[in-house]
Amino acid sequence: MSRARADEEEYWHSSKFRAFTFDDEDDELSQLKESKQAVNSLRDIVDDDDDDLERVSWSGEPVGSISWSIKETVSSSASSLEGRDSSLQKGSSSYAAFPKQVSSYSLSSLFRGRNKLPSFQSLSDALSDTGVKNYAPELRRPKAEYKDYSNDWSPKDTVRRMQRGKVCSLERFRSLQDKLVLLDEAVAGHDGNVITAVLIFLKRTLRREILFRELEVRQVALCHLIHFLKETGEQKLLLDLLRFLDRTEEVALSQYREHLNIQDVEKRREFLKGCIGLPFSAEDTSHIQDHYTLLERQIIIEANDRHLEMSGQSEIFRKYPRKASILNMPLVTTLFYSCFYHYTEAEGTFSSPTNLKKTFKIPDKQYVLTALAARAKLRAWGDVDALFTTKNWLGYTKKKAPIGFHRVVEILQRNNAPVQVLQEYVCLVEDVETRLSLATKYKCHDVVIETYKDLKDRIQLTAYKCKVERGSAEEEKINSILNNMQIRWKN
Amino acid sequence: MAAAGRRDAPEAPDFGILKRLARDQLIYLLEQLPGKKDLFIEADLMSPLDRIANVSILKQHEVDKLYKVETRPAPSASDQFCFLVRPRIRTMRYIADIVNADKMSGRSRKYKIIFSPQKFYACEMVLEEEGVFGDVTCDEWSFYLLPLDEDIISMELPEFFRDYFLEGDHRWINSVARALQLLNSLYGPFGRAYGIGRCAKMSYELWRDLEEESEGDGQGRKPEIGSIFLMDRDTDYVTALCSQVVYEGLVDDTFRIKCGSVDFGPDVTSSDKSIKVLLNAQDKVFSQIRNEHFSSVFGFLSQKSRNLQAQYDRRRGMDIKQMKNFVSQELKGLKQEHRLLSLHIGACESIMKKKTKQDFQEMIKAEHSLLEGFDIRESTSFIEEHIDRQVSPIESLRLMCLLSITENGLVPKDYRSLKTQYLQSYGPEHLLTFHNLKRIGLLTEQAAGETLTAVESRVSKLVTDRAAGKITDAFNSLARKSNFRAISKKLGLIPRLDGEYDLKMPRDMAYVFSGAYVPLSCKIIEQVSAARVSPRPGGSPAAHPCPVPQVLERRGWQGLEEVLRLLNGHEFSVSGSAGAGPGGAGRGCGSHSLCPAQTARRRTARPRRRSASCSPCSWGAAPSPRSRPCGSWARSEGASSSS
Repeated sequence: MSRARADEEEYWHSSKFRAFTFDDEDDELSQLKESKQAVNSLRDIVDDDDDDLERVSWSGEPVGSISWSIKETVSSSASSLEGRDSSLQKGSSSYAAFPKQVSSYSLSSLFRGRNKLPSFQSLSDALSDTGVKNYAPELRRPKAEYKDYSNDWSPKDTVRRMQRGKVCSLERFRSLQDKLVLLDEAVAGHDGNVITAVLIFLKRTLRREILFRELEVRQVALCHLIHFLKETGEQKLLLDLLRFLDRTEEVALSQYREHLNIQDVEKRREFLKGCIGLPFSAEDTSHIQDHYTLLERQIIIEANDRHLEMSGQSEIFRKYPRKASILNMPLVTTLFYSCFYHYTEAEGTFSSPTNLKKTFKIPDKQYVLTALAARAKLRAWGDVDALFTTKNWLGYTKKKAPIGFHRVVEILQRNNAPVQVLQEYVCLVEDVETRLSLATKYKCHDVVIETYKDLKDRIQLTAYKCKVERGSAEEEKINSILNNMQIRWKN
Repeated sequence: MAAAGRRDAPEAPDFGILKRLARDQLIYLLEQLPGKKDLFIEADLMSPLDRIANVSILKQHEVDKLYKVETRPAPSASDQFCFLVRPRIRTMRYIADIVNADKMSGRSRKYKIIFSPQKFYACEMVLEEEGVFGDVTCDEWSFYLLPLDEDIISMELPEFFRDYFLEGDHRWINSVARALQLLNSLYGPFGRAYGIGRCAKMSYELWRDLEEESEGDGQGRKPEIGSIFLMDRDTDYVTALCSQVVYEGLVDDTFRIKCGSVDFGPDVTSSDKSIKVLLNAQDKVFSQIRNEHFSSVFGFLSQKSRNLQAQYDRRRGMDIKQMKNFVSQELKGLKQEHRLLSLHIGACESIMKKKTKQDFQEMIKAEHSLLEGFDIRESTSFIEEHIDRQVSPIESLRLMCLLSITENGLVPKDYRSLKTQYLQSYGPEHLLTFHNLKRIGLLTEQAAGETLTAVESRVSKLVTDRAAGKITDAFNSLARKSNFRAISKKLGLIPRLDGEYDLKMPRDMAYVFSGAYVPLSCKIIEQVSAARVSPRPGGSPAAHPCPVPQVLERRGWQGLEEVLRLLNGHEFSVSGSAGAGPGGAGRGCGSHSLCPAQTARRRTARPRRRSASCSPCSWGAAPSPRSRPCGSWARSEGASSSS
């Protein structure tokens, strides 16, 4: 009886099932007792499980093989093992150095042996036997590094070792409790590299629901896992995790982000179509919708225009060959393009500027700036004029702009507009200082002269005389103003 | 720089040791793979590598061909491949592809990966997954610190900002701790450590932890670094968001200073080729104008040219002997000066051309209004127009972030309209950029009272959750108010003006932003060191007529408690770091009584102690306005869609 009891104790100190009862610490003792009974009654089944473990292990490797043991080191932690064998064959001599028979131990054989042979060495003893194989991949390192190798490190010591880049097996952290203590220690140690290493181990050895549940209350660790999944491109698991956390917007963004990796436009368009239904905010949904519509338009325009350009029938494409395709360009660039090549088209066509403006609800300001830049580039001054001319109900025309006229001047000037065109807009600049400085800068003499006249600034006007050409109309104009007795000069 | 004009300033420590150490270690690692080998270098390691080694050193150690990572090796390449890389997953996959391709074609080679500055477990995991673990050997090149100049050391970790502040990944904290360990072992022990910010605190704690193991060495040596300051970037985004108007800053804006050197194109060199120029204290022209407001640079350069002309002219009327002397002793220096002068004049011209083409003046005006909190509407419509005209996407974001931080977020209506126009101008995929900026707290929407409380209660629930312990920085910044106005009022970061701000003889550090803003991090260091920091680190002594007062360094954060609270704290201050452990790190100045008297005396004797300040990316011994000028900005922009 007492032996059986000792077995039980030992079991409770070594079993990987321990942590499941520690999950809820509120009523530790009674729960412990209950579960203990429950587990005891299940012992046969548990043993069966162990057998299963021996056959398959967690990753499908035969437990106890050399490759298994290499794999179970902390630094090496995921599934695929191709190339391992070849590396062993041609690898350094140190691989051959470690005893083959060691590998015949397996953890599950120890589990089983424990019941049948009570005097069998403890789990940790057994592990220290097998310890040497656990850092096989690192054997090329100087032996000294392993001198202090042991298997009894506390979670804290384990984390400390890992922080210093030393090898350390995590395999003995089998109970959930142990795993979580290890994770918390890693977080407390502030080293993200170690946190990620522990997470890789947890990810491999825990069912995802359990891992997710535990990470939900460990925000720092959670960030590390999310970042890790992003970097390794495990999109599916990432989405599962975000869904589990109810972070629907991040789910949507993360899926939307994938479109950047799709090069083929048709496929990208299809993909974007699928994104419209994702759980974005209402505002973002309309952005996604616009993105889709824009690409759809661009595909149509691109096909048409390429054809037009190839056929050589359209004058504008012959005169200004396209420098790049319009696919995947921003909306404003597309608008510029359509103002450049398709300005006069009726609203009905997909490529007409008015259609774009309407479909995407482009604000006046943005539309005017873009159309102005495009038409000025073509030196279509008539179009520029029309852009700002409004008629009131009496038929009078007036110039109006949703942007400051100084901006209009700037854009025109950059496109080398002639002085006649320029000064028409310079004189519309409201702020007198700005108007004067622009007019002076761009040599719109008439505007300067008129402004000084309005300001009744005789001194400045006289001074300006030397800026205009001798004997020119402007000089004459200045002279006649200066001689005008009607004007009451302020100086 | 601080040392330049002051007689009482201590000599700068010899940071060249750091270079020699890194070079020696690299050579050692290369020799671990004897024989001819091809070397693959990660693109962003090339500039740092250039600063400590050159091709002939690599050739001496049997490096045959050099490749950039991401390029395919020539088929007839060598039997040994060595990869000098950052610990990045995609680089691991690239290497694995090469190894696997070789295996498929039956080619056998030796492969060695050298990680800089350290190896990550996740990288090894990828190597294993790809089936090449064991085929490659791994090593670490502990190249933590690169001295960029006599007084600036950088870790050159471009990912730091994004990884820590956006993703909440602590992977680089160990690197910072080790860099501190290295500094401490070479130039320490540090007299006192100050820090603000969560990352600073964690780095400090991890460093102390590492230090405890190697206690004992370096004791009794004369320390060359007085105090260290660790500061998180997010305590002072504004400094990184304002337009720089000192010469060095404008050179960086226009030509991009990388690893302390710059490529001047044909328009600067007035020839048909580009020249790579090292910009540091060795450049006698640059070192005199780098910290000057751009407006005073022209005058300086023309004065300098006239002097040079005069010196050349002296040779007229010289006899043979004098001429011989002149040629052998002075001519070389004059030629060198001539070369430098013409380069910097060329650079100035280029900068002027570029800045006058943009509406730089208007932009500066908008920035200043944002900082002062006037004419917000006007600035907002300036930003809007900037976006609509498709001017630089980064500048647009920068201005929006500045608006957000100074105003505690954008009014929801403005946020929506600016965002929509931004997506229309620069591409819809920037939706991701906006989400990232929001998460990081750089560009947020003012929440209506109700929603803010909802967020706060959600956050506080997380905080009180015992298991959660700490909340993520993402949540943190979401809930945090930028408190910009309160802090700048408290510390006087926005100079009150009576009359014109004199940019040539500035009264304070604000001249680096045309008198609009005193960089917060520098101000804090100034406040703590109490010894007055010269307004112009590189200026002539005449600029500050009063001698630096002999004031004791402030102990701890005493007197700055309110500011720290507004900055959202996590501050610490520990004296005599040789003795005090992380336990000493705490609020206020609790540990100052532990400060050995000897340390205090030393401080009085050398009031202008050199102190190294640390931002996530670099250390600077002088309070330069922005030690990595646009670095962190570029990274937050990189936070866009390239994940």
